[in-house]
Amino acid sequence: MPDSAIKVEGLQKRFGDVVALDGIDFEVPPATVFGLLGPNGAGKTTAVRVLTTILRPDAGTATVLGLDVAEEADRVRARIGLAGQFAAVDGNLTGRENLRLIGRLTHLPRRLIEDRATQLLEQFDLIDAADRPARTYSGGMRRRLDLCAALVHRPPVLFLDEPTTGLDLYSRNQLWAVIEDLQAEGATILLTTQYLEEADRLADDLVVIDHGQVIASGSPVQLKSRLGGTVVEVGFADPGEARRAQGYLVNYAVRPPDVDGSEVRFEICDGARVIVDALRTLDGEGLAPATLAVREPSLDDVFLALTGRRVEPEEAPEDATRGAA
Amino acid sequence: MTATTVTPIGGLTPDLDLRGLRRFTTAVSDTFAVMARNIIAYRRVPQLLVFSTIQPVVFVLLFRYVFGGAISVPGVPYVDYLMPGIFVQTVTFGALNTSIGLATDLNQGLIERFRSLPMARSAVLAGRTLADLVRNVFVVALMFAVGFAVGWRVHTGIIPLIGAVLLVLLFGYALSWIFATVGLVVGDPETAQAAAFPVMAPLVFASNAFVPVASMPDWLQPWAEHQPVSVVITAVRDLTIGGPTTFDVIAAVLWCVAILAVAAPIAVHRYRMAT
Repeated sequence: MPDSAIKVEGLQKRFGDVVALDGIDFEVPPATVFGLLGPNGAGKTTAVRVLTTILRPDAGTATVLGLDVAEEADRVRARIGLAGQFAAVDGNLTGRENLRLIGRLTHLPRRLIEDRATQLLEQFDLIDAADRPARTYSGGMRRRLDLCAALVHRPPVLFLDEPTTGLDLYSRNQLWAVIEDLQAEGATILLTTQYLEEADRLADDLVVIDHGQVIASGSPVQLKSRLGGTVVEVGFADPGEARRAQGYLVNYAVRPPDVDGSEVRFEICDGARVIVDALRTLDGEGLAPATLAVREPSLDDVFLALTGRRVEPEEAPEDATRGAA
Repeated sequence: MTATTVTPIGGLTPDLDLRGLRRFTTAVSDTFAVMARNIIAYRRVPQLLVFSTIQPVVFVLLFRYVFGGAISVPGVPYVDYLMPGIFVQTVTFGALNTSIGLATDLNQGLIERFRSLPMARSAVLAGRTLADLVRNVFVVALMFAVGFAVGWRVHTGIIPLIGAVLLVLLFGYALSWIFATVGLVVGDPETAQAAAFPVMAPLVFASNAFVPVASMPDWLQPWAEHQPVSVVITAVRDLTIGGPTTFDVIAAVLWCVAILAVAAPIAVHRYRMAT
């Protein structure tokens, strides 16, 4: 297997005067989840269309499992699955017939098609609706069927274009679990999202794109650390204790800690390990924290810092609770 | 959604063997898969079929019993003159289904999915137009039954009649390719429907389908005489009423072949570009 499951170099695509991709580069190691993050119109979907052989690039190269998407499109197609923003299923066919069609068009043996269809319909809670026309399905069910269709031939590389846009919270969490399972089984997954929380939760690495260009790349942790560290707030019984604690916490913080009444606020950059060490030190000095809050900077903050614009998340980030040791 | 999959990731889909015969059999098998899918849709939404046959049936009744008495065609009962026109009109309007079907697929993102699959590129259009051909077989059979019920008679024989049926179906198939392009260009079913009428109307109504061309104004006659719908209707009349047939049938077949030769490459080109 090549070193990277997906490799994109200098990819350009324009539609008339509109530059959709203005020379993007990124590389996705096998069996990882990669996030393409950006606002509407940033070029995410165009990138996915090029990588899934639907569009030919104007310049640059893209390979999937070492195969050039423009030159060896058929071999790429045999190895990829695509689930788009719009559930691309045939409403007149039943769930099972939809999967059967994809099975035939991906040239699986008949018996295997039936097995795979049943297996996927069971896995995605669609087995009771399997023999009903898909037009009777709810939005969430259609999305799940669409994802099943992308998985029929067990593609080693999966492209999910805004997979959770428009899904309710429950379906979204289900989908996240599926993505994690697929990754655990060895699939490489590229997903596009406008939801910073989603990229943060799922992606091992990500690029932020804006106006067809990569404006930042790295792991979610790296991107967040560019903006500053994790914020830790420790409350004590009285201001005196807080001032004593401030003296000890200097050793762990990236900047001198602030004291506000009986609370000490400081930033760290190495995450949970540092918090544990800091708390152990305080405990050894007889300083027992009354309250403790840990707050991660969100990817929304990163986007704001990079572009000066804010991405509208669907719901308020819940970073205040995340990472509390 | 429990994770109980056992099939290993990857390796289920073989690489397409694109040498010679294998390439052809793959294309045929993919085309049949797409065709079967489109036929299921016709079976599952019978309204589509019912409503698209109501209109020609109404035309038959209207022209047979309401207007027909006022139209005189020398030497032949009007119903025998009318029915070939109805058959060709039916498949002409029926070609709209190709537009609507492809526009719907495009609109719903299905075309995009097909383009990401390791299937034969030709299968989506070939499967669609063949499904519409199958549909036409049913519709034409129904219109034959309606024709016989209102007194239509074939004056020739079984062989010319089969020839007439095949010609009507061939013409419908050729038109499907024109309307495939319309569907791919407009990209949504409502617009496809609206866009088709201005193309259809001069073909169907400025033709010899219902009245002899001689009754039309001079400036319209050259068009009405030689445009493909009229030429095909004339050939079908020859094959069912009798008289010298060879020249008219050859002209009709040439029209069909010419339409296919021009429309099919354009449709294929549009399909490659469509997203």
